[in-house]
Amino acid sequence: MIEFSFQAQLFGADGPMAFDASGRLQSGEFAALFGPSGAGKTTLLRFLAGLSKPRTGRLVVDGAVWFDSAQGLDLPPQRRAIGFVFQDHALFPNMTVRENVAYALAKGEAAWLEELLDVCGLANLRDRLPDTLSGGQKQRVALARALARKPRLLLLDEPLSALDLRLRLQLQDELRSLHQRFGLTTLMVSHDLGEVFKLAHKVLRIEGGRVVQAGSPAALFLHEESAGRLNLQAQVLEVRRDDVVYTISLLVGADIIDVVASNEEAQAMQVGETVFLAAKSFNPLLFRHR
Amino acid sequence: MSLGIGLDWAPLWLTLRLALCTTVLLLLFGVPFSYWLAHTRTRWKPVFETLVGMPLVLPPSVLGFYLLLAFSPQHAFGQWMEQTVHLSLVFSFAGLVLGSLIFSLPFMVQPLQAGFQNLPASLLEASRTLGEPDMVSLFRVLLPNMKPALLTGIVLSFAHAIGEFGVVLMIGGNIPGVTRVASLAIYDEVESLHYAEANAYAAVLFGMSFAILLAVHLLKKRWAGKGGVP
Repeated sequence: MIEFSFQAQLFGADGPMAFDASGRLQSGEFAALFGPSGAGKTTLLRFLAGLSKPRTGRLVVDGAVWFDSAQGLDLPPQRRAIGFVFQDHALFPNMTVRENVAYALAKGEAAWLEELLDVCGLANLRDRLPDTLSGGQKQRVALARALARKPRLLLLDEPLSALDLRLRLQLQDELRSLHQRFGLTTLMVSHDLGEVFKLAHKVLRIEGGRVVQAGSPAALFLHEESAGRLNLQAQVLEVRRDDVVYTISLLVGADIIDVVASNEEAQAMQVGETVFLAAKSFNPLLFRHR
Repeated sequence: MSLGIGLDWAPLWLTLRLALCTTVLLLLFGVPFSYWLAHTRTRWKPVFETLVGMPLVLPPSVLGFYLLLAFSPQHAFGQWMEQTVHLSLVFSFAGLVLGSLIFSLPFMVQPLQAGFQNLPASLLEASRTLGEPDMVSLFRVLLPNMKPALLTGIVLSFAHAIGEFGVVLMIGGNIPGVTRVASLAIYDEVESLHYAEANAYAAVLFGMSFAILLAVHLLKKRWAGKGGVP
């Protein structure tokens, strides 16, 4: 089990902010850190990893104290058994894929290295330099490298945010199977509700430097986001007049949906603005993909 | 040692030795110092940066004059060096190297500092989360990814040490075989109206500088073609 409690004074884009977050993760749990930008998500990961130091606080991982301001104890990142996947991947440009993954491995771990390269789908890319890889491939290398030391805690800082939707879905599947295979306690920063539902057992919702809610994704999001109705966020792409009615084209996720609107509704819409597309008491049909 | 037109090669060898010593020592000092300067949060940082940059704007004679005073056995530092380290700095090769170190400092430190600052902070942090001590990160991750900055620092320091005149004249005193480097020899030969000899020294320095800079440009072009962090 991982228990943390951190207090610090942050200087963000919106001026100073008091950071005071605490929570706990069960061993082997996949948890998502969800919240608006500037809420302190990356800061929490950095405190856990020992890359930044909170003013006060305590961190206990499986019974071992990693940080305790009261005792003046602060393990450096090198001595914390963590894997960290950075937003920019932070691959070493001077090393090949294999060298990046092997960087922190001892010489006798060749079999484990091969397994990692294989599991992460990097076997064919082993001699390539990071600059020649695509975004998804870089992400896999960063993940394999973070797993190399068999950490107790895997920290993922928005690992999939820079990828397009298809690749994102594919890597979510891979992340899930990696998690099932290695059973690592994982904390992932994510903005994407679908991703949270798909991967996480638990969500820590963080706002203004505080963990405001913790629980299963269903408990946190289902009741507020939908009470028997469809409620989608959409962007207005076009408002056009077809005879007596108006048609409004909306962008929902990656799909374009046309909605019929009255004159009054159409007048109120601005192209480019974000709106909610809601449907009450409807009976949708659900199909399997393909 | 005379050759051909009776050219004394000693000043050229001395110049080469001085430039090599300066560059190697500067590299040993410059890497940790630039690393510190790039990452420090002390409020004295601008003062350190200004001090490092001073040789760029100071007339060499000013620097040479103060170094001469400092090195003199009549002053505290020179006296301490002579009595404790048994090193006489005035009119000696050791003094020349020390003066050259100070004078070439910005040419090594500034490119290296920029090199460290241009590397994404996450590279060092990633290496830390992978359990490696900072010394290992420095040699396996940071330095290999700032080769152009290293090369620039090395070459500029070396070239600058070769061409140094004012400081060397002030603290070296133009003693043949000890402190008379090529740039001083040229001046000497011209003063004695030995234009052929002056021309020979000058041509050698010119050719050497040209070859070094050309090699740097070619190397940089090759690295740029291969990609990597600039």
